[in-house]
Amino acid sequence: MAHPSELLRQQFTADVLAHHAYRGQPTVLLSREALPSAARFLKDTPGLDFNVLMDLTAVDYLTFGKAQSSAPRLATPSPLPYYMTPKASAETWERGVSNDQYRFEVVYHFYSTALNHRLRVKVPVAAAEPSVASVTSVWASANWMEREVWDLFGIMFQGHPDLRRLLLYESFQGHPLRKDYPIYKRQPLIGPKN
Amino acid sequence: MAVAPVQRQAASPAAGSIETRHMFLNIGPSHPAMHGIVQLVTELDGERVVGADVEIGYLHRCFEKHAEASPYNNVIPYTDRLNYVSPLINNFGFCLAVERLMDIQVTERCQYIRTIMSEVSRITDHLTCVGASAMEIGAFTVFLYMIKAREWLNELTELVTGARLTISYGRVGGVKADLPEGFAERTRARLEQIRGVLIECDTLLTRNRIFMDRMQGTGSISGERALSYGITGPFLRGSGVAFDVRKAQPYFAYDKVAFDVPTGRQGDNYDRYLVRMEEMEQSMRIIEQALAQIPDGPINVDGEGKVLPADVMVDEAKMGRVAGFKQVRVVADPTLEGATRGIRDDAVSPERRAMLPVKEDTYGNIEGLMNHFKLIMLGHGIRAPKGEYYSAVEGANGELGFYIVSDGSDRGYRVRVRPPCFMIMAALPELIIGDQVADIIPTFGSVNMIGGELDR
Repeated sequence: MAHPSELLRQQFTADVLAHHAYRGQPTVLLSREALPSAARFLKDTPGLDFNVLMDLTAVDYLTFGKAQSSAPRLATPSPLPYYMTPKASAETWERGVSNDQYRFEVVYHFYSTALNHRLRVKVPVAAAEPSVASVTSVWASANWMEREVWDLFGIMFQGHPDLRRLLLYESFQGHPLRKDYPIYKRQPLIGPKN
Repeated sequence: MAVAPVQRQAASPAAGSIETRHMFLNIGPSHPAMHGIVQLVTELDGERVVGADVEIGYLHRCFEKHAEASPYNNVIPYTDRLNYVSPLINNFGFCLAVERLMDIQVTERCQYIRTIMSEVSRITDHLTCVGASAMEIGAFTVFLYMIKAREWLNELTELVTGARLTISYGRVGGVKADLPEGFAERTRARLEQIRGVLIECDTLLTRNRIFMDRMQGTGSISGERALSYGITGPFLRGSGVAFDVRKAQPYFAYDKVAFDVPTGRQGDNYDRYLVRMEEMEQSMRIIEQALAQIPDGPINVDGEGKVLPADVMVDEAKMGRVAGFKQVRVVADPTLEGATRGIRDDAVSPERRAMLPVKEDTYGNIEGLMNHFKLIMLGHGIRAPKGEYYSAVEGANGELGFYIVSDGSDRGYRVRVRPPCFMIMAALPELIIGDQVADIIPTFGSVNMIGGELDR
């Protein structure tokens, strides 16, 4: 039987931006226009049967590979000793789309209890208009997880029934898991004055 | 599900000539029955709940942002505080995710140690959950019995890790230290005692009329709805879906031990209680089998069989008397005192990209010293290759997932935790709507909300 990622790719040939499998985990990058129909397809197609949306999160690729910690801080980086270098056969991974064009990525992890397989679907989102369609009507678990992504990343979910902040409070400024949110930034105190 | 019932017009048509109105009741954030801090806004029609909204986030402490700013091993103490009732599972779950991302295999002995300690942690979690929810509906004795049993397990945890709750025992590539001497015998004896406690509690609860009336038929959810909400773990199994990550996609040594996955039928609080009680028995089965199967790791001694105490060895090395040290292996004391000494290399992987060398290597020869430097110094550290991995383990509440994206630096670019009780809390309004106010308490107890994991 065809692998779930192949079935999805055959159905949405025009909308698949990239696909890869890293460490045995297949991943499909879909355009956001295809997401609502893909969600239905993933849930209802025999052979896919993804009845559980295990996880929904997002990644901000703003500083991917550019962080200070990405390179050794020494002026002349010393190579790893021979016994610490990775094995030569190690597979490589590429994101599949440009980090400049698509700053964000909404990541869906699906699981099928009937067929015991998993699939990762990622929807790249541009910084100018960070919004994707909500899948709350397909999986109820998306409700809170989309609220959390809105809260921490500021990505809108079109069609969400109740898109409020979840972990933080309403008057919080900014979205803290974005990479341009400084880690030591303080927020004004809220609550009744005493 | 009623969404944001707070904004809804609460007037209902008058029954007869008496005007009735819906009442709003705040439960929490600080309330003895709301374990930790969480707020329930309920809309009541008499005693019946007709709407509910859950407010979380009171314990949010930026775990994910912290994890993106700290090298991999520095995240391990933070993971202790996710589900603080079963911290070992979080530790191992995070380490497993980094190991899979780096393609590291830990040794077989370490797999077994992780299996045993995960199950010890799972029993403590279930004991706390069942004990606390029994206490909240009046069975105080059960709570005392179960917390006593949990104390025995915490003693075992302390014996192995040196701490009771904030254990930080996992390491990328292994564990902090090997199991102590006599661990198997002590564990077997404790498990026998815990079986006695469970029989006592079973006698007190399972056929208790009051307990059954409170638990049966309350907080029901069908298996299909539970899956749609992403609910996993004992909560899902109470609804009759036999999904368990340990069985479905085995990790550690779970494929080498025999155990059953108990399921319920009704999906109510009572079935979830029965599932948790049976899972404790199954966990004990796993521990006993793992203790019988656990392989010995290689132990090296020099030609004369001479072993130096680790502290003597360190002192000698500081004075430069290191000739012949390479051959000697120390039996390290795996308690808190032993934390500063060497780690026995039979419990850790030979993978030197991630695991610190044993202390006598660090002090005794240049390769060990370089290896140590490369892992410890700022700007070096464990470097996972560019990539991403979603790794799931069976936490006490369900599937505990870690999704790590790495850009090749010494810290995760994105570290996401999939907290199992988050999904159950999302379903809480659906669980309590239609029930009485008093039924919120057993339902909320069986959710086993852990603030540290829910709010991160």
